[in-house]
Order: sequence, then structure tokens, then C-alpha cells
Amino acid sequence: MPLHRNDRHVRALTRRAVLKTFGVAGMALAGSPAWADQSVRLLFASGPQQRPITPDFPQKGPMILQRTRPPLLETPMEVFDRSVFTPNDQFYVRWHWAVIPTSVDVDAFRLAVRGHVNQVLSLSIGDLLKMPRVELAAVNQCSGNSRGFFSPRVPGAQWAHGAMGNARWTGVRLKDVLDRAGIKSGAIQVRFSGLDEPVVPEAPDFRKSLDLDHARDGEVMIAFAMNGEQMPLLNGFPLRLIVPGWYSTYWVKMLSDIEVLDRSDDNYWMATAYTIPDTPHANVTPGQTGVKMIPISRMVPRSFFTNVTEGASLPAGGSAAIRGIAFGGDTGVAKVELSMDTGRTWQLATLADDFGKYSFRRWQVNIPQLMKGVNSLLVRCTNLSGEVQPSMPNWNNSGFMLNAVETAHITAI
Amino acid sequence: MRHSIIALGTAFAALLTPAAAQVQPAPAIKSTNVELPPGDALFPGGSSADAINNNCLACHSADMVLNQPALSRSAWDSEVHKMIKAYRAPIDEGDVPAIVDYLASTKGTK
Repeated sequence: MPLHRNDRHVRALTRRAVLKTFGVAGMALAGSPAWADQSVRLLFASGPQQRPITPDFPQKGPMILQRTRPPLLETPMEVFDRSVFTPNDQFYVRWHWAVIPTSVDVDAFRLAVRGHVNQVLSLSIGDLLKMPRVELAAVNQCSGNSRGFFSPRVPGAQWAHGAMGNARWTGVRLKDVLDRAGIKSGAIQVRFSGLDEPVVPEAPDFRKSLDLDHARDGEVMIAFAMNGEQMPLLNGFPLRLIVPGWYSTYWVKMLSDIEVLDRSDDNYWMATAYTIPDTPHANVTPGQTGVKMIPISRMVPRSFFTNVTEGASLPAGGSAAIRGIAFGGDTGVAKVELSMDTGRTWQLATLADDFGKYSFRRWQVNIPQLMKGVNSLLVRCTNLSGEVQPSMPNWNNSGFMLNAVETAHITAI
Repeated sequence: MRHSIIALGTAFAALLTPAAAQVQPAPAIKSTNVELPPGDALFPGGSSADAINNNCLACHSADMVLNQPALSRSAWDSEVHKMIKAYRAPIDEGDVPAIVDYLASTKGTK
């Protein structure tokens, strides 16, 4: 039963008052029934830092609530400490438009393949299940992951580091589907759209495009399963485009339409939104103008601590196992290194199992004896192309592609 | 289920050949029907929030706006006009000053 707006309002205010009074900040998630009172502090340089932890979304466990409608749900950082693969029920969620079908009939669903093709297709889920099947581990990361840490701050979803996840995707090669339709000569790009729609009909429908060669590279796939099961609706059920190594903006959810174009796509979501400065690290000076903008594309290397948080306390004199996750971006992880002297010297982390070049890779460093006082831990990843995380954070107007070295200050007492 | 995932773990290092992949059974794909939270809480502030409540909540909930960092009045003005121009938000031009006033006073730089 929908509540009246004012009732919801009162409830929201009550919850905020509770948070303020008790300053609930813990990230203890399991086992507590008091979901309504749970929140998390995201350590941005300025407020608001507090976010509710919500269990209220379908097929989802406890998630950091960034926006209720359309949903923006962030994965709590400790989830990444438990497994190299992010569980479906805590995989982050990001939608642009609020008209999201809440019901999908698998028998009635069809994927259209049309445009500059020899044969228009209308494929059922059953049709796709009969095609050669492929599986790939890959990180899905929002272009604006970590935006809340930009300095100076920029508008947009104020994500901490949890707008990312790693899953095993199962589906069919996009190439096989395109070959079945037959690409006409003169094709330039392939455009993808899903079942979601803007509230206002005149608003630009969410569509993304890839160059034809990229679409036919044999790696880009149409997934019907995630970590061995069908996807949660909010992660794109029943079909999602998987673009390994590229930012999530291209991973179109509820994929229902594939259009082969004989021109470059100039729709809003390619030409204006999700563009970055054509500079190293997509970096500009705040206020800088006249910079050439290009569509965002390949991801860059990143690494994170998952078992220590900023400001954590550990026993002095003892040993400590520091661990986390890393990924190379558009290629694999070559190495992960830890520094305890603000970057003067670095020691190699031990890397755990390799699930392929697009996957998270877990890492660990054992510190034999933790010195009393504040220890600054820095972690950085170098990928197989030799690209290393920069020590100075990059900045741009949209808050995209942050990948600076991460620091955790831990106190040994 | 969990067991098979762990056992198969290393096999997912790369794209499997179709032949190898087809050894695994097709995952069950079942029709899905869910309900999403309405996200219809109002912006606080009584009558000062009337314009923003009347114009902005059709497309998105209030929470993400309230979670924005402090921004200058001109930055908020740009955001509101981006909603109108890029996203075709049906905002009455006469309500724009009241919306920007609300954002600049509750979420503004000092």
C-alpha cells in the first residue's frame, strides 16, 4: 500500500533524527534486525557523509542508499573483502530513468536486431540459450565511481568506492548475434537500448553505441546470467550487454534493442553525457575551458583496501595481514604494491587466483611488526600495459575516472 | 550451488570455447515480477520547498539531491537548467528562481 507523501516524509525525518542522535556509523551488517537504523559514513571531505543502509530493494541485500528513485544502490566496501566475486544481491545498481519495468515475462521478451543488417531478428531468450555459450569474469564499474572523493567536489551521484562489482557473466557473443543478422557493408557503429524509459517522453532515451569492430571483437557479449544465476531485475534482467574493460555506461541493462548504424551515433548519451576531457587521466584544472571532449571508454587500474578502513585501530607490535582487491582496467593486473613511507618505497603484494584479465584480483601484504602510532598505508596497482595508478588525483567536471593511489591511515595502539 | 562455483572457479579465467561451455547446463531463466520502493518523500522545508516538490519529484526522489555537496548558486542554476534543457524536465520557468533559491539556501556554499 503506497503511503502518502507526507507520511513518508515524517518517516524519513524520524529516521534522520535517530541517526543524528545516536551517530550510528558502524558497518556491522549481518545479524542485526534493526535495518531501519543502520547507516554508513562515507568519508568524503565534506558532508553529507551519512547514508542509510537499505534492505528494501527487490532481490537485494543490504545496500548503501544513494537514491531511491530511480535506484542508485552502492555496495558496502566490506562485501569486497569476502569474495573476489561480488554477490548478485549486493552488486551495485544504477539507473538513469525512473520508468523501469518491474515485471518481465521471459516467454514474451524479445531482443530486436535491426538497422543496417541483411535480416532483422527478433530473438527470444530460448533462441539465445540455443546459441554457443561463453563465460567471462569481468569488473563492472560506474564511470563516476568514487565521485564523492573529488576535490573540489562535483555534482552527481556521490558514490564512495562501491559503484563497482565483479561477476562471472554467462551469455552469447554479440558477434554471433550480429553475424546471424548479417551486417551490411557501410556499417559504422552498433547502438544498444534497454526496456527502461524516461518519465518525460521527449527526454532522450538511454542509448549507447560501440564501434562495429569493437562490437564484433568476440569479447563483448549479451549475458543472461551473472555468477551462475539469472540477473536481479535491477542489474538488468533478463539480458545485459557486457563490455569487458569498459566503463559500465556501455553495459546496457534490460537490453532489448540492437541497431546497426551506418553513421556515428550522435545521441545525447554518446555526444554529450559520459564524455571526458581528451587529456592524460581525463584530467583538467577546475574552471579550465576549451578542452576537447570524447566519449569515456576504457577503464584504468585501481586498487583498494578491503579489511582495513580509514582510521582503523590495530594492535601495535603484532603482525598484520593487509588485504584488498585490484583490477587492471582494460587489461590484467601486473602487480600490486604497498607503501608505508608515503610512497618512497613499495613492497610487492601477493596476488591470489587469477580469474582473467578483466576480473578483480585479490591481494595481500603481511606486515611482520606494526609500529606504534599512525601508519599511512598506500596501495597501487600496475596493469599489464604498464599503466600505474597516479599519486595525484585526477579531476574533471563530471567526476569520472578517479583512480589515484588509495591511502588508509591506521593507528597501532 | 556455492560449491560448484568454487570448483569451477579457475575455468572462468577466459572466454570458454563454445564446446566447453555447453557442457554446463543452461541456467534457469524465470519470469520476474518485483515491486520498487516509491521514493516519494518530500523535500523538507514547508512552503519554501513547494516549487521543488511540485516540479522535481516526478522524475527522481529527493534523497540524492539532499546528499549533494554544497554548491554555489550558479552551479545549482546550471543543474536546474540542465534538467530542463538536456533532460526535458517540464519545469515551469516561473518556478526556476524558487527552486534555485531552495537549493542555494539549503545546499549552498556559504
